[in-house]
Amino acid sequence: MSTDVATPIEQPVIGEINKYDFITQTTGVFKARKGLDREVVEQISALKNEPDWMRKFRLDSLDIFESKPMPNWGGNIKLDFQDVYYYLKPTDGQGKTWDDVPQEIKDTFDKLGIPEAERKFLAGVKAQFESEVVYGSLQEDLAKKGVIFTDTDTAVREHPELLREYFGKIIPPEDNKFAALNSAVWSGGSFIYVPPGVKIDFPLQAYFRINAESMGQFERTLIIVDEGAEVHYVEGCTAPMYSTESLHSAVVEIMVKKNGRCRYTTIQNWANNIYNLVTKRAMAYENALMEWIDGNLGSQLTMKYPAVYMMEPGARGEILSIAFASKGQHQDAGAKLVHCAPNTSGRIISKSISKNGGRSSYRGLCKVEDGAINSKSNVVCDALILDPDSRSDTYPYIEVEEQQVQIEHEASVSRIGEEQLFYLMSRGLTEAEASSMIVSGFIEPLIKELPMEYAVEMNRLIELQMEGSVG
Amino acid sequence: MSETLKITDLHVAVEGKPILRGVNLTIQRGETHALMGPNGSGKSTLGNAIMGHPSYEVTGGSIEIDGADLLEMDASERARAGVFMAFQRPMSIPGVKMADFLRHAATNVRNPNRKEGEDLIPMREFRRELKDKMSQLRMDEEFARRYVNDGFSGGEMKRAEILQLAMLRPKFAILDETDSGLDVDAVKLASQSIAEIGGAEMGILIITHHDKLLENNTPNFTHVMMGGRIVETGGVELARELYTEGYDRIRAAYPEAAALDAELSEEQATA
Repeated sequence: MSTDVATPIEQPVIGEINKYDFITQTTGVFKARKGLDREVVEQISALKNEPDWMRKFRLDSLDIFESKPMPNWGGNIKLDFQDVYYYLKPTDGQGKTWDDVPQEIKDTFDKLGIPEAERKFLAGVKAQFESEVVYGSLQEDLAKKGVIFTDTDTAVREHPELLREYFGKIIPPEDNKFAALNSAVWSGGSFIYVPPGVKIDFPLQAYFRINAESMGQFERTLIIVDEGAEVHYVEGCTAPMYSTESLHSAVVEIMVKKNGRCRYTTIQNWANNIYNLVTKRAMAYENALMEWIDGNLGSQLTMKYPAVYMMEPGARGEILSIAFASKGQHQDAGAKLVHCAPNTSGRIISKSISKNGGRSSYRGLCKVEDGAINSKSNVVCDALILDPDSRSDTYPYIEVEEQQVQIEHEASVSRIGEEQLFYLMSRGLTEAEASSMIVSGFIEPLIKELPMEYAVEMNRLIELQMEGSVG
Repeated sequence: MSETLKITDLHVAVEGKPILRGVNLTIQRGETHALMGPNGSGKSTLGNAIMGHPSYEVTGGSIEIDGADLLEMDASERARAGVFMAFQRPMSIPGVKMADFLRHAATNVRNPNRKEGEDLIPMREFRRELKDKMSQLRMDEEFARRYVNDGFSGGEMKRAEILQLAMLRPKFAILDETDSGLDVDAVKLASQSIAEIGGAEMGILIITHHDKLLENNTPNFTHVMMGGRIVETGGVELARELYTEGYDRIRAAYPEAAALDAELSEEQATA
């Protein structure tokens, strides 16, 4: 076992803020050796001072991971699991520097107009101290209402009862190979508990937990929305996330109890060598509403299908998904709606754009279980293909075990029409401006669901993706 | 050579099939020309070729604007050089608001050397102008927030085209059957608007079957197209004659061109 122990790295003093900084209190940098086995998993658990139940959960998950075959559908995964680092203890000097950040990502930050300090954080090379004060006051405000909002590692220590009740229950390690992997090596992620009747009227953002820990490659998020409560969680940022590691495999579990509402928004832009294999699932109970808004840009392969299981009558699930596949990228994205009770309803809107030889697939499931009478699902998936080298596929799975139901599926594939381009160009728009405008229009139904600042950033990201795509 | 759109011996093919066979036409700014002719004679082809539609292949001849070679330019550059076409069937662009589209278009056309990413016309200024133009055209303000031609009725589309004409203020405008799909009142409003917008500034080519559009836009010249050529040119009286009498006299006078037309119309009908 190779354990690197480094001397603490000297921090720049930023006024008074440094005294709130707890990342600098770590005594060293730890990097697990490459590869995965019991020793590495135990080491992770020990470093986090975890209780026995969590260590056992991790080790059991490792066994499940090792026994499960790779998925034989979706994208082409060429990944050597022994060639990955599974744990990097996050500190300010975790071996990455700003110089290591790929130029394309730096350019994107630049064009998005993101301030220097923020860029460094988003790229994972710097902890951000500046927001610490904001974090503190927000925490206080939420805490008064009984809301818990912290990173999942902290939650294991501070809220063990809640954790044990829900952790790994919505997505058990047995669910799929990558859920098992995450269960074995997870680190970081958000934990949110919203008590009954509490409605949080501004979006909670991962921004606030970044002080606690750098974003893991195997983060684990758990959100519990109690009866009649409401929350909107925005994960990460629309700004690009990047990693030099090759694998990102997160698990997100959400529980929305009776009359509760939860909206989870994430827009991710990964470096082009990343496998992004994420399991996201929510359970919605009586008259509860779960909404996923999920945007995928970048990565080599993304396989991600946010799901809503409608467990009790009146539950609703809505999923808006968008994928943008460019050269060398395969976005295998979609959504799942599972009707487990009568009078449940769901809607999926999926949009994909393929350009420069990129490939996007919609893979969706609509399932109605026996007894879920009067349930309704409406699925609309549209694909836009920008050039003849690009590709789009649709794999809708529909499983219905009940008679009195209504399932609608519409799919359309369009190429950016020569006629549309000509029309806009005849009004003085350049070819690039015209295609960019057509693409913005195409994703408009998703954009208008986003909070203002995210909508603006999303539009800028799409514009950047479009640059140089024609002409 | 200034203030002139000059078409010389223009030959145009679509999917390898010749449609225009030597069109000559010169339009000065301030003039209104009517282009009439039976279906399939090549009228819309001429419009599309002037505007630079990529499916219309120019196989011979030239088009010049103020002495500059239009054929060297793509559609965007032609628009910025001062050419506009109101389409017979404009494309819908879902998700793109009329106002956003028009602000981009107006900025580029008014500032032909604008580089991508440079500022657009200031929002306040643009909104005021758009509101004025829309009220002149008796369009509801809501119209600016709708998606470009998406779910528009035939009449709404045509009015949207005229709104664009008004905002872009081109040197030369081609109106391709702008009157079709409009009721009598709407045609009247459209023709008045075109006259107001055009004034003495614009060179206008009106492609039409309808004399109503010509009432407020008295053509200085009327051209009859048949078999991919302009076979006769006259004044406003020629337009009136064609509208009331039809094309029998022309067909009889140009049997060769009429035969080509019949062939093309038949192909269109069976296609």
